[in-house]
Amino acid sequence: MPSAPADYHPPVTFRSLLFDDPDADLAVDRLAEPGCFGDIRLDQVVTAITAGREESKLAPFFRAPLRTRAAVTYRQDVFRDLGRPSILAALRAFAAGMRAMRADQHRARWAGHRLEEQRWMLAARLRYCAAVSGLSRDLATAQPAPASLALGRLAAYLDAEVTGGSFSALAADTARVAAGLATVTYRLEITGTRIRVGRWASPPPAGDGGAPEPDYGAEVRAAFERFRQGGAREFSFEIPTDDAMNPLEAELAERVARLYPDAFGALATYCAAHLDYLDETIVRLDRELAFCLAWLEHADRLAAAGLVMSLPEVTDSPTEASGRDLFDLALASARVREGATVVTNDLDVRPGERIVVISGPNQGGKTTFARTVGQVHYLASLGVPVPGRDVRVGLVDEIFTHFEREEDLRTLTSKLEDELLRIRMILETATPNSLVILNESFGSTSLEDALAIGRDVLGTVATHGPLCVFVTFLDELAAVGPGVVSMTSTVDPVDPAVRTFRVVRRPADGLAYADALARKHHLTEADIRARLGGRPA
Amino acid sequence: MKVHLLYPDRALDPDGPVAAHAADLVADLELGSLLDAMAGGDAFLRETARRVLVAPVTDPAGIHYRQAILADARERRAVVRDLYGIAVDAVLGEARVWGAFLDAYAESVLARATTVLELFIGLLRRLRSLGDQHAATFASDGMRRLFAEIDRDLDDAYLRSIEVHLEHLRFRDGMVLSVGLGAGNRGDGYVLRRPADGGKGWRQRVPLLDRDGYTYRIPEQSETAARNFAALKSQGIAQAAAALAQATDQILGYFKALRFELGFYVGCLNLEERLTAKRQSVCVPVAQASGSGHLSVTGLRDLALVLAVPPGGAVANDLDAAGRPLVVITGANRGGKSTLLRSLGQAQLMLQAGMFVGAEAFEAEVRGGVYTHFKREEDAGLESGKLDEELRRMSRIVDALPPDALLLLNESFASTNEREGAEIARQIVRPLLDAGVRVTYVTHMFALADGLARSEPDRGLFLRAERTGDGGRTYRVVPGEPLPTSYGGDIYRRVFGRPLGD
Repeated sequence: MPSAPADYHPPVTFRSLLFDDPDADLAVDRLAEPGCFGDIRLDQVVTAITAGREESKLAPFFRAPLRTRAAVTYRQDVFRDLGRPSILAALRAFAAGMRAMRADQHRARWAGHRLEEQRWMLAARLRYCAAVSGLSRDLATAQPAPASLALGRLAAYLDAEVTGGSFSALAADTARVAAGLATVTYRLEITGTRIRVGRWASPPPAGDGGAPEPDYGAEVRAAFERFRQGGAREFSFEIPTDDAMNPLEAELAERVARLYPDAFGALATYCAAHLDYLDETIVRLDRELAFCLAWLEHADRLAAAGLVMSLPEVTDSPTEASGRDLFDLALASARVREGATVVTNDLDVRPGERIVVISGPNQGGKTTFARTVGQVHYLASLGVPVPGRDVRVGLVDEIFTHFEREEDLRTLTSKLEDELLRIRMILETATPNSLVILNESFGSTSLEDALAIGRDVLGTVATHGPLCVFVTFLDELAAVGPGVVSMTSTVDPVDPAVRTFRVVRRPADGLAYADALARKHHLTEADIRARLGGRPA
Repeated sequence: MKVHLLYPDRALDPDGPVAAHAADLVADLELGSLLDAMAGGDAFLRETARRVLVAPVTDPAGIHYRQAILADARERRAVVRDLYGIAVDAVLGEARVWGAFLDAYAESVLARATTVLELFIGLLRRLRSLGDQHAATFASDGMRRLFAEIDRDLDDAYLRSIEVHLEHLRFRDGMVLSVGLGAGNRGDGYVLRRPADGGKGWRQRVPLLDRDGYTYRIPEQSETAARNFAALKSQGIAQAAAALAQATDQILGYFKALRFELGFYVGCLNLEERLTAKRQSVCVPVAQASGSGHLSVTGLRDLALVLAVPPGGAVANDLDAAGRPLVVITGANRGGKSTLLRSLGQAQLMLQAGMFVGAEAFEAEVRGGVYTHFKREEDAGLESGKLDEELRRMSRIVDALPPDALLLLNESFASTNEREGAEIARQIVRPLLDAGVRVTYVTHMFALADGLARSEPDRGLFLRAERTGDGGRTYRVVPGEPLPTSYGGDIYRRVFGRPLGD
């Protein structure tokens, strides 16, 4: 142990894994979903990530973007710690223990008999004690040690908690009662419809005091050993049992309890003594940790399909935006589930640029790319890993989106009017720290009008300041002026029916028909050499 | 006990996955009629033959192992067919025993397993007596070991001891269990016990005087109580039931393997009898090590054609491509190019299945696999779609191809223009040859054949469909450089009665 420096201050008590200001999340559960969620499909992302973890109520955490780089750093540091296998394993084990504890509590609540309820109560407390003391031990011995402020404070908190009187008393009591029950073995004699329950381990009931009765199942197994070859299928039976103790089991259990009064008496006393046992901070930790683990689990699923998520570098310069292999998290989640491939794209907004105009063929991935840019910015402000690599984005204060909806039934004029009203509102509300995403706007008016409006809007943005992604079918807008990055969606030059979903800064090159097809199937001479190379004979 | 009649050291899983290109092999090499002949009307034998044929043995020793067993089978046809019959009786007999193999209740599984095992023990005794009579007359390692294992493992004393256990497991004297406390204080770790006193003592006890225990009687006429009681007993006998189910499964597996693996040789006997009726002789081919470059054949016939036409109606070809990994066959349409290609593929697969082949002599290096890329006539649609499909198929082949494969191409990449098709093909063929793949390519594209003749003078053997002096076809394929024109004009003239372009 290194000695404490002279200016040592006792650590701030641990309160939250996700918020550097421990009171910052008090309002989280009351936040509404941000307006951009539907347009950039973050609503689907939230659904996918929180699925199966409803009991942890994770959705509110997605509605609370962080406002300062310090807050982002606090949380990113937690994720960095979780990137270390020993720390991740420690926290996963804790989360699994807490989940098991809740399941046992649930079973206690729905138990069919008093003896069953008492045993599940004991089990839940066993899980809790193991989870808390296990996490304390694992964090103290983790190599490397946690580097984040949050986990450092947590380790200190757990250390104090585990050595504290009430927790250690609970743990000792729980272990003692469990050990007593573990020694119980009883004997059933079944003939016809009569069952006799007796103590096992005493001499066999015939009373000769001889050897214990041999395991006949094992004898039968040995007799048939000759037919059991390597790779033999193992058989086991899913004995159909009710979820709770059935009446026959209850009858037998009561007789067993009478045969072993000490062990069962201790259990009853224990249950009465330890009704309230959960620590509030530990419960909160469990929920906040579930958010992190859900996120990482989702990232792992995508990683298995070759899609990388990483912690972005978050800057205070809102028009800074670059990254490689970005992808639409909502689309990727769905496609990976179906076993389909996902196309990634790069973004590179260079100094002096603040408008990204995405044009090009339809169905080529323009909208998907615009969503991707929005997701990456929003998720960066949540302090979580984002879909892509080498991502560097500014911390935006708000994301404004306007996506044209084809299913819109209003008349064209009212549609254009609504659209312009919406865009005016965005331009008036957006600050230089905002992100504005406009998707296929002005489709309801003439080409000339749309062009003129588009030029005007982009001109305003260019002076106004927010980073703007503008998806349009109007190629001309890509050349509006300085500050504009032109990106185009592409289709397969050979087979225009094939969507590449690739959005790039340079135009597609015209490849010869056959050569392009051969390339597409990786059947050029160089491709084949590479594909056959290194394959064992 | 293991069957191991197809490989000296392992079994071939009758239900395992079949290579992805197997369907292409069957279709392209017209293996269907060959398989039909092997089946002799038995769908199981057809499937057996298919699975073995499309999973080539890749070492000469493994091929010799099967060739020896097949030689035994050809000598002792009746014994082999009897053995096969026992296996069939076992597999079909088991299927007729009522009840699910795996039931929720261990009790019913135990009951069914007992019945099936009684059936099996009878058939194992038949197997044993067949071995006692004939084992000495077999010469191959595979058959000798099969009989030796039967002799070693199925002695009468053992079979009788099994029958005693089957009797005990009816629990006429009740059952004793030891039980631990599990989750929720419910029973756990049930162990079936053999009472030290044979289960007699406790039956005489008067329950009212029992001070060490408590007795409970299952209520009569309660369905719930009966179900819970059955579940309790199932916990107790689960291990014994699992052991019996496993034994049943193992013995069934043995009979299934015997039916499957012996079935292949029965299929070979069926095929030989059909070919004999067509006056087609067969030879036992010589397998050489991969990389030795051997490939020579005399009197090779397409067995699909042999089985379909009257005796003597199929043309025989000779070929010596030793040391030449590339064989390019050009020449007149309908001149016998595809027939030769097919018969080469068939012979290679039959060699590597351990079978005889339809030739006077056949010697070849073994290959890591046989792959076909044939033009698909049934492909309708746009030309671009066709080429795309051809390339996609080729890409899948490249994915699967071992470096010492045999790849048979039939008019591949002819769906685009000749210059482009030739360029695509050239780019594919050269790296495959360099990697060690043997490539046999039938093409009418002069640009491709000529280009290969120039670039591969040493590695290539160039063959042409033979023409007689008067422009007729012999359907024989003989060595010859590619010629600039194809002979589509011949067929055109025959069909239309005037020259092409007139």
